[in-house]
Amino acid sequence: MIELDNITKVYKAGRTEILALRGINCLIKKGEMVAITGPSGSGKSTLMNIIGCLDKPTSGEYRLDGIEVSTLNDNKLAEIRNKKIGFVFQSFNLLSRTTALANVEVPLIYGGSGSRRQRASQALESVGLAHRAKHRPSELAGGEQQRVAIARALVNNPSLILADEPTGNLDTQTSKEIMLLFKQLNQQGITIVLVTHEPYIAAYTQRTIKIRDGQIEALG
Amino acid sequence: MKIWDCFATALRTLLSHKLRSILTMLGILIGVAAVISMVSLVRAEQTMVKESFESLGANLIMVTPGASSARGGIGGVLSSESTLTLEDAEAIASNAPSVLMVAPVTQTSTQIVAGRENVGCITLGVAPNYQYVRNFEPEQGIFITEQDYKGRARVVVLGDQLAETLFGQMSPVGQSVRINGRQFKVTGVLKAKGEAFGFEDQSAMIPLTTALATLSSGRTSSVEHTIQAISIQAKSKETVNAAQWEISQILRQRHHIRPEEEDDFTVINMGEVSRIADQMYGIGELIMGAIAGISLLVGGIGIMNIMLVSVTERTREIGLRKAVGAKRRDISTQFLTESAVLSFCGGAMGVVLGWFLLKIACAVVANMGFPFSAVLSGDVVALAVGVSIFVGLISGIYPAVRAARLNPIEALRHE
Repeated sequence: MIELDNITKVYKAGRTEILALRGINCLIKKGEMVAITGPSGSGKSTLMNIIGCLDKPTSGEYRLDGIEVSTLNDNKLAEIRNKKIGFVFQSFNLLSRTTALANVEVPLIYGGSGSRRQRASQALESVGLAHRAKHRPSELAGGEQQRVAIARALVNNPSLILADEPTGNLDTQTSKEIMLLFKQLNQQGITIVLVTHEPYIAAYTQRTIKIRDGQIEALG
Repeated sequence: MKIWDCFATALRTLLSHKLRSILTMLGILIGVAAVISMVSLVRAEQTMVKESFESLGANLIMVTPGASSARGGIGGVLSSESTLTLEDAEAIASNAPSVLMVAPVTQTSTQIVAGRENVGCITLGVAPNYQYVRNFEPEQGIFITEQDYKGRARVVVLGDQLAETLFGQMSPVGQSVRINGRQFKVTGVLKAKGEAFGFEDQSAMIPLTTALATLSSGRTSSVEHTIQAISIQAKSKETVNAAQWEISQILRQRHHIRPEEEDDFTVINMGEVSRIADQMYGIGELIMGAIAGISLLVGGIGIMNIMLVSVTERTREIGLRKAVGAKRRDISTQFLTESAVLSFCGGAMGVVLGWFLLKIACAVVANMGFPFSAVLSGDVVALAVGVSIFVGLISGIYPAVRAARLNPIEALRHE
C-alpha cells in the first residue's frame, strides 16, 4: 500500500538547510492500522505530508497503491488526494458556515460521481451522525465535529485515511469513541495511518513507527 | 468542478457575509447607477433639443436685427434694434436664388384681454407663409390666410398655452379678444411646439399688415417698415449655406455696410446650431460617462480589496479544499466567480437604482414645467452591466491567483 524508499526532505531556511527526513524506508501494508509517533521536530509531520501527497520528497521514491507519486505534478497529486486519501486533522478544519452535510460533500465537488447528497448522507450515517446533517459545525460538540471530518474523509471511498493528531482537541472519553470508530473503519478494510504522541492512542493500532531526528527509530 | 458548483459556492459565501457583500457591491452599484442615469439624461435632453430644432422648420434661417455680438439668445428676445425692414425681406425674397420662402415678422409686447383674463404676451405680425416656414399646424381653426393678410383683417391665431390661459377648456375659435384695446377675432389655435423654443406657444399671431397698421405705428417711418425678424426657408438642405451667404450679401448692400464694418443684423442657420448642439451633447455624454466610469473603477478597487481580505481570512478553507483534491484552477475559479457574482449583483442593482434616479429626475424636471421623459437605452444598460462584470473579473484575478498559489500545508496551519 505505502512503500517509502530512502525518502529525504530538505527545507531551506535562508542560507541554512534543514534536513527534516534523512532516508526513510518503510512499508505499510493494505488494511494495516499504524501509528507514527515521535517528539516534536522529529519530522513526523513532514513524513505525514509526504504520505498524504501534500508535499514532495527531495529524494527517494514513494509508491502509493503501486503508483509512483514522488514525480507527479500538482494537478495529478490533487487527484490522488481526492480519490485515494482521506484526511482527518487535529482541528477538524470544517467550513464553519456550511452544514455538516455540505462539509462532507466538499471532496465530491472536486471529483467523484453519483448523487453527492446521497453519498454524503451515507458517509454521515456510517459515523452515526445522520441526525445532525443540517447542523453547522458550531452547533456540534467536538467529538461530533471530528466525526463529520471523518465522514468527509470517507466520502470518496479512499484506500487510506491519514489522521494527524485526530484526538488532540478532544477529551479522553471522546478520544476513545473516535479511536473505536477508526478501529471499526479499519476492520472494514481501510488502511489507517495516524500521527500521535499519546501512547494510549497509539495503543489502539497494530504497530507504532517511532521517528526521531528524521530517521526511523523503530518500525514496531 | 462544474460551473454550477462555482455559482452555488459563491452565492453561499456572499450570502453568509451579507453586510460585507452589500458594502462591497455599493461601489459598483453607484457607478452603474451613475453611468446609466447620467448618460440617459443627457441623451433625453439631446433628443428633446433635436426635436425642438426640427419643429422649428426645415432648412430654417433666422435673421434678426443687431450684430450677433450684442445679442442675448436665440429667438424669444425682443430686439431693441430696428435695422431690419419689411423691404429687406422683400429684397431677399426676390434676389436670393437659394431661398424658397421669406416670412417677415414683427414682435410687439401687448396686453391681451379675453373676458376677465388679462395677460401680457408677445404678438407677432406674420405673413401667411410663416406657417410653412416655421412648420406650424393649427390645432383648431385655420392659420392667417392671404385674404386676412391683404385685407389687414383683425384676426388672431393663438399659441396653445396662451389659448389655455385665456379660455381654459373652452374653444377659442370664433371668440373675440382685445389686443392693446383693439378687438380681434380668434380664427385658430396652434399646436404646441417644442419646449426649448416654446415662446410661440404663449404668443398671439396676427397678419403682419394689421400689425404694422395698428400696433407698431410709433416705430414706422414713412418709407420703410421696421420688423423684428425674418424667417427664411432655403430651397434644400444643400443650399442652406449658400442662402445664408446670399442673405448676408443682400442685407450688407442694402444697409450700406462697408467691408471692414460689422453686420448690423444676425443670420442664424438653425441646422448649423442644431449640429453644434448635437456635438456638444455628444461630448457631454462622453464626459458624464467618463466621470461615472471612474466610480466604476473605484468600485472595482473595493472589490479587489475585499477579495484579498477574503483570501486571507479563508486561508484554512483554501488549504482544506486543496487537501481534499481541489486543483489550482478550482480555487482560482471559485474566487473569480465570487468577485464576478459580486459585481454583477452590484451592476444589476445599479441598473434598478439608475432607472429609479432617472424617473425621479424626470419627475423633478416635469414639476418645473418641462414635460421631459427619459428612457433607459438598452445599449447603456448592456454596457454598464458588461463593464461591471469585467471590472469584477479583473479585480478578482489577483486575489484568485494568490489563493490558488497557497501551499496547502502552510494554509492548513494558518491561524
